[in-house]
Amino acid sequence: MAAEVRIPSLLRGQVGGSRSIQASGPTVGHALDDIEARFPGFKERVIDPNGTIKQFVSIFINGEDVRYIQSLDTPLQDGDQVSILPAVAGG
Amino acid sequence: MVVALFRIEDHFVQEMVAHSREEAPNECCGILAGPPGQVAALYRTVNTSASPVRYSIEPKEILRIAQELEEKDWEMLAFYHSHTHSHAYPSATDIQLAFWPDSLYLIVSLADPQQPVIRGFYLRDGQVAEEEMEIV
Repeated sequence: MAAEVRIPSLLRGQVGGSRSIQASGPTVGHALDDIEARFPGFKERVIDPNGTIKQFVSIFINGEDVRYIQSLDTPLQDGDQVSILPAVAGG
Repeated sequence: MVVALFRIEDHFVQEMVAHSREEAPNECCGILAGPPGQVAALYRTVNTSASPVRYSIEPKEILRIAQELEEKDWEMLAFYHSHTHSHAYPSATDIQLAFWPDSLYLIVSLADPQQPVIRGFYLRDGQVAEEEMEIV
């Protein structure tokens, strides 16, 4: 399955400056693996070493937060739009 | 030497100050957007932390605004939040949680309620770089 992944400014340096890239895989996690294969170092900016999405990062599929679906195991369909968004927070 | 400058119309500044006062003693937060280099819209957002010392914008609200901006080919130029009892300078938490290197972080200080102060900073890799502001 091929999805369009929107890349936030924080991570564009990891993917050659692109605002969005195509990624393939049956799930969100596999799509991130696909990006990692082409742009080593990308995944560790989004995923913790224990395999969960970083606390201050959200991943959406077609506007829905994957944390409330099946997290990285959320299935992808052709044409899905995936957005990765860092938090806007502070004190 | 090129002096960096963030130009913003006064009515946006007044709206940020008004938002800060309305939410006090809690911090307020919001987003300034527009074409590159031109603030054209202010989005008030909900501080989901509802706290005098923390702010957080709901990720789904960020996504909604980001998608709206994309249709206009606009960008998130700046995020603003208030410091209700401290100076207009990034806190350790602000620096630690700064994940948007291309967006300016504006801080509205109400430490002196009669004389609000707004300053803007780029927060990158733990470094603080103030951006001069021109209010027009």
